[in-house]
Amino acid sequence: MFKTLLTLLFAVCALSAQAAPDPALVRQLADEDSSQKVAAIQQLTQTADPDTLRVLKAMSEDSLYLAGDKVVVIDGDAAFDAASGAAIKKPETADAVTVNNRLRGELANALAALKLFDADPAVRLASAQKLQSSVSPAMVPLLARALAQESDEKIKSLLTLAHAQANLGNRDPAARLAAVRALAKTSSPAIKTALLPLTDKANEADSRVRYAAISAVKAIDSNLSRTEKIGQIFSGLSLGSILLLGALGLAITYGVMGIINMAHGELLMVGAYSAYAMQSLFRSYFPEAIDWYLLAAVPVGFFAAALVGVVMERTVIRWLYGRTLETLLATWGLSLVMIQGARLLFGAQNVEVANPSWMSSGIELLPNLVLPWNRLIIIGFALFVLALVWVLMNKTRLGMFVRAVTQNRQMAGCVGVPTSRIDTLAFALGAGIAGLGGVALSQISNVGPDMGQGYIVDAFMVVVLGGVGQLAGAVWAALGLGVVTKLLEGWAGAVIAKIVALVFIIIFIQKRPQGLFALKGRFVE
Amino acid sequence: MHTPFTLRFLSSIDRKSGIALAVFLAVALLAVPLLHSAFPPESLFHVSTYAITLVGKIMCYAIVAIAMDLIWGYGGILSLGHGLFFALGGYTFGMYLMRQIGRDGSYGADLPDFMVFLDWKELPWYWHGSDSFLWVALLVVLVPALVACIFGFFAFRSRIKGVYFSIITQALTYAAMLLFFRNETGFGGNNGFTDFKRILGYSITAPETRLVLFGLTALLLAATFVFAKWLVGSKYGRVLTAIRDAESRVMFIGYNPLWFKLFVWTVSAVLCGIAGALYVPQVGIINPSEMGVANSIEIAIWVAVGGRGTLIGPIIGAFVVNLAKSWFTVSFPEYWLFFLGLLFIVVTLLLPQGLIGLWKSLRQARAGKGGKA
Repeated sequence: MFKTLLTLLFAVCALSAQAAPDPALVRQLADEDSSQKVAAIQQLTQTADPDTLRVLKAMSEDSLYLAGDKVVVIDGDAAFDAASGAAIKKPETADAVTVNNRLRGELANALAALKLFDADPAVRLASAQKLQSSVSPAMVPLLARALAQESDEKIKSLLTLAHAQANLGNRDPAARLAAVRALAKTSSPAIKTALLPLTDKANEADSRVRYAAISAVKAIDSNLSRTEKIGQIFSGLSLGSILLLGALGLAITYGVMGIINMAHGELLMVGAYSAYAMQSLFRSYFPEAIDWYLLAAVPVGFFAAALVGVVMERTVIRWLYGRTLETLLATWGLSLVMIQGARLLFGAQNVEVANPSWMSSGIELLPNLVLPWNRLIIIGFALFVLALVWVLMNKTRLGMFVRAVTQNRQMAGCVGVPTSRIDTLAFALGAGIAGLGGVALSQISNVGPDMGQGYIVDAFMVVVLGGVGQLAGAVWAALGLGVVTKLLEGWAGAVIAKIVALVFIIIFIQKRPQGLFALKGRFVE
Repeated sequence: MHTPFTLRFLSSIDRKSGIALAVFLAVALLAVPLLHSAFPPESLFHVSTYAITLVGKIMCYAIVAIAMDLIWGYGGILSLGHGLFFALGGYTFGMYLMRQIGRDGSYGADLPDFMVFLDWKELPWYWHGSDSFLWVALLVVLVPALVACIFGFFAFRSRIKGVYFSIITQALTYAAMLLFFRNETGFGGNNGFTDFKRILGYSITAPETRLVLFGLTALLLAATFVFAKWLVGSKYGRVLTAIRDAESRVMFIGYNPLWFKLFVWTVSAVLCGIAGALYVPQVGIINPSEMGVANSIEIAIWVAVGGRGTLIGPIIGAFVVNLAKSWFTVSFPEYWLFFLGLLFIVVTLLLPQGLIGLWKSLRQARAGKGGKA
């Protein structure tokens, strides 16, 4: 019985859509009582024709007036009859229709809903997305109509969801059941919240709907936890790639050459400030190419840091080979000098380094799971730097010399390897790689004089965990540490996760003092 | 012939050091209080409260420097985590000082202010007994000793040494800093402990209390010096130095380096803890930044500047660096880090034996010249 009534009402609404808005309803918009106005807005929304849109828009812009018994739209000197849209003479006296906050909310919803019938698919899409979070049972017929008209698949699927959500409050159990089943395929926490009341006997009398709702909530839960896991692993990989970028330079200077470089973090800082300098340069001289400053910053960061590395090696580190603890103290001193130098040059405050436009936004893999471009690009960049280091160390003459000097300095010298120049070049290479890391880090973290200090402990942890002298070890250690930290963060919070990771490394070192990938051999010292 | 222990202990002090110690104690325990209270503040001979606090603070640092020297200079183990033990001692004693505030905090509650702020209803279990001075004094020794003992046992048993050890001690203090920065840890989060009012019922800001604390620090510094002098001269100290120079050989002779290293490591940590406990009432604040990576490395530079492997060196180093720091941070704050950084570089490159080594080589050069003439 009720169903037939509803269908009838629906048919009436559909019919009236062809005509101009009902003058009585338009008059009701100017009623004294807000509840009457709300009712009028909701009913007008059902008709969904351009005229209604015009009237509601005027109302939300405060240009709807009541002149005598006629509702008119007054726009500057022009005036129109609200119901018919015909131009009329501007009335002498007119009372503005008051719009309070409750009405504004209703109007915003109504206008969004009406945009579902816009000619532009982009407008329809935006409207459908907005409706996902604010759908009311009164919108069912409207959504059904929009769904019937819609041709775009993406909008259609969004509308189906909105329609199902609106139908959850339907009095017909069959409609509710269909709605619940449609919603079970999604993975949105908001929809889960909407479904939860239906799993309770007090709210849902029909047991079929209730069971469907319970299994739907379960399905959404498993979907949610799956996307959450994927999200955590992705952010773990992202953190791992950041750790790797921070540690790769160190894997050369410490891992291969055995130099404890406490100023490594400051070499990252040099790279990050190079990105900042290139950004400023592009802003002043090539504002039209500002999006590409980052590409220019990559070589600049590499060579700036490498140059600093050459100076460091030639003036300080050169004299301390074989005295690792002294190297540690001297490079710490270098790092203090560099921090203070950066403060004097660029100021003590953090500087602003903007993402180029092609790095903003992201790929939507699943609803609730957006992979940001800047993270993806950094993962890619880490792989690129890794490949670069691998090729340099294993496939070039320089890499061969570096390895030769590491394995047996005297013998390498005897066969004509210029050992002292190789030391300088290898250190410069490590510093340059750190500079590349710094350019990448400038895109996702603060750039300031103190930024290097935050990475130094992490970088050493990665190299020590991976095993000295091993590139592969550093990669596994960085990725493993990143993923484990992010998974721990899920249930214990960021600080505890970090502490647990550090304690884990300390314990791990007790067990395997040579790191994950130790060079096998028997030796006493 | 068997000599009594006390005699052997005292005979480890040679005549020159004995005189120096007596002069030091006379100045610290008699002259300073006298000059402070007998002369009015505008007099030339007056020793200001600022000076007393500053020197008291630096004497605490000097104790830490000696502790560091025992492990680094004589044991050859560079710790980058000694700030942790210093801060642990400070925090433990700070708990007592917080309880002494009583109801005079800004909330007028029985609990320390930060706990009221966090809406805690009662003290966490580890605060139990923190109102008893004796218990806290015991904890000041036990907490750093326990942490050092557990960490050291596993580290030395796995024969972790050199840079590896330095880096994991750094990770240890870094992790502890992160832990203490959390409000939920129950040590006041990033504000730490401050606004102390009383110690043993006496006002903490009163000049007399400050003088007593100053005197106690001076006594402890002297005692640490004598103890360290005895320790490094004993048979134990010789074995320790031997381990530093050739660990494998010592092992092959039949000693187990583990216990020698563990002992000196624990002793060093305890000394740091006591120094921290004396530091907090004089400076009036303790917060997690004391556990920062930079602070612990600075301890190493005090020792390196003075000259490691000597006992007077670290004291001189602690005084030189910290006096320079308080002068720079007032006069040229921008250049302090340049100075400190260059100090690190110059000392490691040019003065491997520190100021003591420089002085010795200057004297030798003069003596050599005199001999020729």
